[in-house]
Amino acid sequence: MMSRARITTEPIEPQALLAGVGDPSRGAVILFLGVVRNHNDGHGVEGIRYDAYDEMARGTLEEILVEAEERYGVGHLAAVHRVGELGIGEVSVAIAVSSAHRAEAFDASRYVIEEIKVRLPVWKKERFEDGTSEWVAGKQPEVSAEGGA
Amino acid sequence: MKVRALFFASYREIMGGAEFDVDLPDGATVSDLITLLRGRSDAASVLPSDPAVAVNRSYRTSDALLADGDEVAVIPPVAGG
Repeated sequence: MMSRARITTEPIEPQALLAGVGDPSRGAVILFLGVVRNHNDGHGVEGIRYDAYDEMARGTLEEILVEAEERYGVGHLAAVHRVGELGIGEVSVAIAVSSAHRAEAFDASRYVIEEIKVRLPVWKKERFEDGTSEWVAGKQPEVSAEGGA
Repeated sequence: MKVRALFFASYREIMGGAEFDVDLPDGATVSDLITLLRGRSDAASVLPSDPAVAVNRSYRTSDALLADGDEVAVIPPVAGG
């Protein structure tokens, strides 16, 4: 069975992710997609290269899913982050959550994307229309004394 | 002891490589490793003095003790999603 927390170089297939969280006892399913957009901070963007610390990112993503399960009591979760060269409109991250009811499904989905943004070891370099490129300023992960973030 | 230092994204460009082995005295901490790395070259001196660091794939604070064979990743501010 495909792991529910993945880092991949292949195009993301949202339908496959949804199929992975389906369950007849869950009446609410949320799919969140992060998509490469054509502008950032006033600059025209042609594409983005994503890099990851793959070996760590898989474990961190799984940790985030476990936390979302514990906090919100949702049924099934799956998330995948793509790396490599992406064009405008391509999906960079996808999160699927199924739950008995909608409120906790929305909350869990939101939790997963917000945690990805502040602690998943992934970076992106934007290619601008003028031919230049630049690493996107990110968030410094907060690290607690007992380890983890 | 010897640890393997890993670099990603902008830090890889600053350090001029993705990874290298570093010799450290026994009892060295994450902070000691960063000090040593920043002294490697003029370019390396722009590495922050207190960056996020992962030891064996878990985030650790700058006072964490290192051990022989550790994989120590210096993590630039993250920008996933």
